[in-house]
Amino acid sequence: MSAPTVVPVSGARPPIPEHRGGPGRRLVEALQTPGGGVFVLAALLLVAVVVANPSFGEPGSLIRFVGRTAPIAIAAMGQYFVIVSGEFDLSMGAVITAQVVMAGNLIGQDDGKVVPVLLLMIGLGVLIGLVNGLLTTLLKVPSFIVTLGTMLALSGLVLYLTGGAATGNPADSFRNIGRGGIQGVPVLEVIPYPALILLVLAVGAVVLMRRPFGRTLIAAGDNPEAARLAGTTLWWLKTRAFVLSSLSATVAGIILVGYAGVHPSVGRGYEFTAITAVVLGGVVLGGGRGWVLSAAAGAFALELLFSLLNFLGVESTWRDTVQGVIIIAAVAVAGRAWSAGRRPASRSPAGPDPATSPATSPATSPASPGTPVPGTTQGES
Amino acid sequence: MRRKLIRGSVAVAAVVALAACSTDDVDDPAPQAEGSSEETEGSSEEWFVQADYDEQFEQRSATFEGDPEQPWLQYIDGEMTDTSSFAAKGAKKVCFSNASIDNPWRQTGWITMNEQLKVLQDAGVISEMETRDAQADDNTQLSDIDYFISEGGCDAFVISPNSTAALTPGVERACETGKPVIVFDRGVETDCPTTFIHPIGGYAWGIDTAEFLSENLEEGDKVVALRILPGVDVLEHRWAAAEKIFEENGIDAVDYFTGADPTEIKSIISDELAKGDVHGVWMDAGDGAVAAIEAFEDAGADLPVMTGEDEMSFLRKWEETGLTGLAPVYSNFQWRTPLLAVEKIFKGEEVPKEWVLPQVPITEEERAQFLEANDGMPDGHYAKFGGEDLPGYPDVWQERIIP
Repeated sequence: MSAPTVVPVSGARPPIPEHRGGPGRRLVEALQTPGGGVFVLAALLLVAVVVANPSFGEPGSLIRFVGRTAPIAIAAMGQYFVIVSGEFDLSMGAVITAQVVMAGNLIGQDDGKVVPVLLLMIGLGVLIGLVNGLLTTLLKVPSFIVTLGTMLALSGLVLYLTGGAATGNPADSFRNIGRGGIQGVPVLEVIPYPALILLVLAVGAVVLMRRPFGRTLIAAGDNPEAARLAGTTLWWLKTRAFVLSSLSATVAGIILVGYAGVHPSVGRGYEFTAITAVVLGGVVLGGGRGWVLSAAAGAFALELLFSLLNFLGVESTWRDTVQGVIIIAAVAVAGRAWSAGRRPASRSPAGPDPATSPATSPATSPASPGTPVPGTTQGES
Repeated sequence: MRRKLIRGSVAVAAVVALAACSTDDVDDPAPQAEGSSEETEGSSEEWFVQADYDEQFEQRSATFEGDPEQPWLQYIDGEMTDTSSFAAKGAKKVCFSNASIDNPWRQTGWITMNEQLKVLQDAGVISEMETRDAQADDNTQLSDIDYFISEGGCDAFVISPNSTAALTPGVERACETGKPVIVFDRGVETDCPTTFIHPIGGYAWGIDTAEFLSENLEEGDKVVALRILPGVDVLEHRWAAAEKIFEENGIDAVDYFTGADPTEIKSIISDELAKGDVHGVWMDAGDGAVAAIEAFEDAGADLPVMTGEDEMSFLRKWEETGLTGLAPVYSNFQWRTPLLAVEKIFKGEEVPKEWVLPQVPITEEERAQFLEANDGMPDGHYAKFGGEDLPGYPDVWQERIIP
């Protein structure tokens, strides 16, 4: 109720508390949140990896590392959309596997089939996302169960199609997407295509999160009831998040076919790696808090950590354990940090009442399109 | 606020619980670790038995009885089982309890076995073969065997065990029926079966490959060993023998478990190449060999000296890149032998108690010949599949339709 009174302060846009102070101070403040801290963590890990193994710091090695981490980062960004809206997508790894196996079986060595099969894969990605989203939102089955079901169904399908063994790699023209790159670049030697794809998708994701869709998605994750009352069609909003998630899994799959090759084990465990990365990026499980690039940074931090462990000679069998500990620790830290950060810092004009702070995110969503009547949409539904 | 916390923690608990499940899944396609639990994981010394190593070392140069044109019927001279009491006329029903067909090696063998079956059915030797696939689960396979015993109406049992210790009681129960029992590929801890069919074994693989790498590398060179998973005897023996030879020759070998996941293999090689030069790659199975070679190509590094397997994908990549390599063989043609053994047993012909089949690696000189012979075969096909004289050749293997 008090939110609309904030609006007139600085003309066109309502001042978001985070926007007070100069860019430097804002940066420092942002880095203190879990979503910003992950960038510090990734940087520290990078330094540690380079100290442990100096040749890793060469530009050529670094850009290859970016290329190799791209599918995980892309999957993490996809998972972010679902998690920030308060849901889960456990089917991600199975989607990747299904897409990888499909590419191997359908394309074979026929270059002419590359484009049709690519379109088919994207279509399948959209379809799986729609199924996940509609079952979750319309049938009110928890997404945890729905996507678990999709995961098992897809795994069964892959097992049926392959018997559990590799089928052979598709044409090199298709694999080039994930394996190739722009050659002869000064300093870097090569820019892998996956790194470019990651860059494009990251920009796209940031833009998307700044648009009404992104704002309402966070609002819906924070407080679905309030978002609904604010006029959001929740089922369509969340369904789109699921579609984005399975599309990102599809892109990761396309890259992995090139990078790794076709094997039924490709994509295995990706849903947990993605969730770990998202959580490490300070995105709150249950939704409503977090930045999409933090999820990607979480993926990089995670991969850097695994590389560090490898360079330090820690057995790779510890990897799952590390991942489990990270999930628990990150959620614990993030939960404390977000709530600690909210109370003292929120001396906003809106008033000290903590009950209003969850409402700030929904309030920004009607405002951001720049409509002449900010805030009034709340009353319409 | 509280609602969110609760929801969050439930979710985390569920994620962690599921993470635990997925760890099981990772091991799932593979047989469970055999033996008592304290023996399962751990250093390869626990898997190293000097007497077996010595025996297989000798068997590599042993003389095999029988026609070299039909290696699937060759054997090393030794104790024979008298089967005159099984001699009988008419077509017999065979019950086949299969561990799984979850890797390309088993799939290739399974196709070959079915083609062999058709020949024996046409000849009136076998009436039908009822097959149960345990999908790499010990318990499933035990109940499959018990089903065959009680309700299968079987005249003979063929068992390809999922794991050694766990399946021993099942095989013993099959033996107690008094009918012929044929075990092949992985072994069991009982000598009750009529015959146990297998190529020489894991130590021989390890010796062939590690000697090849040691000969082609210098002392102090680095070898990355890519292993599929721990706890399977035939795979552990391969590494146990190789590790011993690497140590003796001063080769710096570091081993990783990959689950045959090409993504994992690429990451491991990339990290190793970032650490320093890698001169050799050793694999306990060829699945994923191509990903390993590609990792060197992608990093712009010199190709390693490498041992893969007789899988077509490796043979082709080996030829294309011209690297120094060897393709060890875990004779896939052994999948024909059990059904041919059934024929012999019901004829009353004696069969070897332990039927040791030849196991000869493919060298660079022989590679072209095997590539030509298997031209048009899919990447997951195995060069020494030994089905060239079967009626479905080559279409059945080329189309690779899993029966």
